[in-house]
Amino acid sequence: MDSHATAHSEAHEHPAHLRHHFMDAAQQKESATFGMWLFLLTEIMFFGGLFTAYLVYRNWYYPAFVAGSHTLDIKLGMFNTLLLITSSFTMAMGVWCSETRRKSGLVWSLIATIILGIGFLGIKTIEYKEKFELHHVPGSSFSAASFVNPPLDAQGKPKDTPLAPDMAIHTEVYFSLYFAMTGMHAVHMILGIAILFALLIKSAKGQYTTGHNTTIELFGLYWHFVDIVWIFLFPLLYLISRH
Amino acid sequence: MSEITEVPESHGEHIVSPKVYALIFLALLVGTAITVGASYIDLGPWNPVIALAIAVTKATLVVLYFMHVKYSSKLMKLTVLSGVFTFLILVGMSLSDYISRAWGQW
Amino acid sequence: MSTLISLPDQSTARVPKKNYITNENGIMSWLLTGDHKRIAILYLISLTFFFFIGGAMAALIRLELLTPQSDLMASDTYNKVFTMHGIVMIFFFLVPSVPATLGNFLVPLMVGARDLAFPKINLLSWYLYMAGGCLALYAMITGGVDTGWTFTTPLSTHYVNTNVVTTGLAAFIAGFSSIFTGLNFIVTIHRMRAPGMTWFKMPLFLWANYAAAILMVLATPVVAIAIVLVALERTVGIGVFDPTKGGDPLLFQHLFWFYSHPAVYIMILPGMGVISEVISTFARKRVFGYSAVAFSSVAIAIFGFFVWAHHMFIMGVSNYAALVFSLLTMLVAVPSAIKIFNWTFTLYKGSITFETPMLYAFGFMGLFTIGGLTGVFLGVSGTDIHLTETYFIVAHFHFVMVGGMLMAFLSGIHFWWPKMTGRMYPEKISQLAAVVTFIGFNFTFFPQFLLGMLGMPRRYAAYPPEFQVLNVFSTAGASILGVGYLLPVLYLIWSLKYGQVAGDNPWQATGLEWQIQSPPLTENFTEIPVVTQDVYDYEWLERQKEHEVTHVG
Repeated sequence: MDSHATAHSEAHEHPAHLRHHFMDAAQQKESATFGMWLFLLTEIMFFGGLFTAYLVYRNWYYPAFVAGSHTLDIKLGMFNTLLLITSSFTMAMGVWCSETRRKSGLVWSLIATIILGIGFLGIKTIEYKEKFELHHVPGSSFSAASFVNPPLDAQGKPKDTPLAPDMAIHTEVYFSLYFAMTGMHAVHMILGIAILFALLIKSAKGQYTTGHNTTIELFGLYWHFVDIVWIFLFPLLYLISRH
Repeated sequence: MSEITEVPESHGEHIVSPKVYALIFLALLVGTAITVGASYIDLGPWNPVIALAIAVTKATLVVLYFMHVKYSSKLMKLTVLSGVFTFLILVGMSLSDYISRAWGQW
Repeated sequence: MSTLISLPDQSTARVPKKNYITNENGIMSWLLTGDHKRIAILYLISLTFFFFIGGAMAALIRLELLTPQSDLMASDTYNKVFTMHGIVMIFFFLVPSVPATLGNFLVPLMVGARDLAFPKINLLSWYLYMAGGCLALYAMITGGVDTGWTFTTPLSTHYVNTNVVTTGLAAFIAGFSSIFTGLNFIVTIHRMRAPGMTWFKMPLFLWANYAAAILMVLATPVVAIAIVLVALERTVGIGVFDPTKGGDPLLFQHLFWFYSHPAVYIMILPGMGVISEVISTFARKRVFGYSAVAFSSVAIAIFGFFVWAHHMFIMGVSNYAALVFSLLTMLVAVPSAIKIFNWTFTLYKGSITFETPMLYAFGFMGLFTIGGLTGVFLGVSGTDIHLTETYFIVAHFHFVMVGGMLMAFLSGIHFWWPKMTGRMYPEKISQLAAVVTFIGFNFTFFPQFLLGMLGMPRRYAAYPPEFQVLNVFSTAGASILGVGYLLPVLYLIWSLKYGQVAGDNPWQATGLEWQIQSPPLTENFTEIPVVTQDVYDYEWLERQKEHEVTHVG
């Protein structure tokens, strides 16, 4: 080992996970958490651009946003919210298990989080598929026809208020934002689930239940952040003027 | 804190108990139920306000408890606030243009 | 002329055998290094490469503008050339220049740490930078892009058929490199300071880089999402900025300038940090109003978030918003002026010597002041309507970016060259290079102010014949400037082998980095220093030397 490492191991305990340029484990952990929070700030700003766009267009094209929002399935959206909140809870429990060195608890928490996350993406896929069938996906196949002449329900009344054609075309802006926002969110979920699998393998080997659990805690921060994004997306996209 | 310092990795760290996590989890579920319920009641301009207020409350709970910010240093709290602040600059200053466009020329 | 350089006796002095360069050998030891100093060197080499690519583009632009007709190249080629000049220079040179080279090298040394907080992320940031750079070059070779570096919609989404997506992706990747550098600096400065290194004992270089790092972390992601939306609009046809679907093209500009205006401060702030160090060292005085200069860096960073729409005054923002943004823009002048005034006061009654870094620093102060003051013209929305999109604006940002930032970069490279390599560059020829750069720069860009005032628009290959005289001046100046930039490359490389041995502290500067050997050891400090002296405390330095003479010598 290099000379400096031995030089300051006299003063401190020197666990294997401590990188050479940190003075002690507390400094290393604080730095890592701080770094993760700074990364999450960049995520806030990344989604911030989308939320800005959303606010601008919602104010401009409110009727189109109402009509677009009414085509989303509120039950699926709510169920997905439940899945994600629950996965945040299981992740928080995973962090607690790693802090208190409960290996099997950690493993099961991570498995639960993975399942809930995949469930969320599965439901999202069903919702996306419906949008393709209805030609509500922005791009060349988009059609605003169903907003000018809404489909009729059993009594022969239109399901939703018809829009004037010049407002109806702006539903494409709503769906552009819907896909951009939920799509970016889904990308973050997919990345998160990929990392969760790696964490699962390592925690099955007992890596995060020996006292050094920074990785699990940092990932927890990321996962909760993704949850928070959805907490905002759900009311903004699904719950516009439902009465 | 003297007995904690013997275990370097838990130095100055607060372990949040599962009971707290469960309480927050419940609060989030209730929040979701309220936000869906509120959207079916016609409150005029207050609908989006209430939806956002509930979302902000839920997000705050997640940040404070699930993400441990309540038990973290002042630096972390400031960091989170600075993120929110910059986000508000982006939204607020952009909207300042969009809102005042309708006012026309002077 | 007096000099403060003190070199060890050249007949006996040697560059220390054990240092960060000789620590490990082989190309892999560089490509997989976690050492912040080696990453800084990697950045320095690749930045220089991209600088000369961008410089070659600039040479083509100036050659084309030598004559009023578009004769050297067709108009659309010209569009591609100035676009790539902008993209390469901004994303691959100016934004990373000082932070990624000098910052990477010096931040840990100055705070008294062994490395940045996250060495692997630091290395990753270099790889991202290279990936982005190579992608941009690939886009350039396979047809280029002609939107201007601003990717303005709907031009970029509807009307051009060039490599917008590839180039956008390159900028996106380079953005992450910048985010990671910034993140690393913030954590290092907060969490890795040596015992006794309080915030107000930090060199101003650290304050400046800290402020720039805040901007990197908070502003960059916004341009990332804007570019993603442009790419999605081109590829799958979503309609966030598309006016035919009801989108607002101006929203793209809001998001783009939310980053790209603070990006100007990302570029200039670290340069200002360099100037603080250099002025203090060569005037042998503590920087006048230390805390004012420190806080002015943070103030520039914060105000920088409130002014972006001054790039959009003629683009259709509301009058009221233009008024507010115009007033807020004036705020930025205050901290910038605080810096200039305080540097001037630092010089007052100082023992000034005129070594190369100081010459560049003087160049910076003069040119940055002109660049900054002409910025006030452009910040006032009334005069901006006349001057925007003319050569006035080109001259303005080149005075700030090239005259300011590049001068600061060269000043810093010369100042810390002995620390980075252990050897001195040849002093006389480098002074010549500094003077040539200054003269060439003014010849190149001052005529452009006049051209802009006369109404010559930017971004056109052809212009009315009455503008030719000034354009010839400008092109002639550019060739002098080119010589000024080539010279340092040549003699700095020469100095690697033949330069005089520099010793630990050739400038007798006070920073922590000067109290260790040059080039430093891989671990920087054999023992983490305990800081008791104040920052820029030249008396402390004198006492240290006496102490060494009486106890060691």
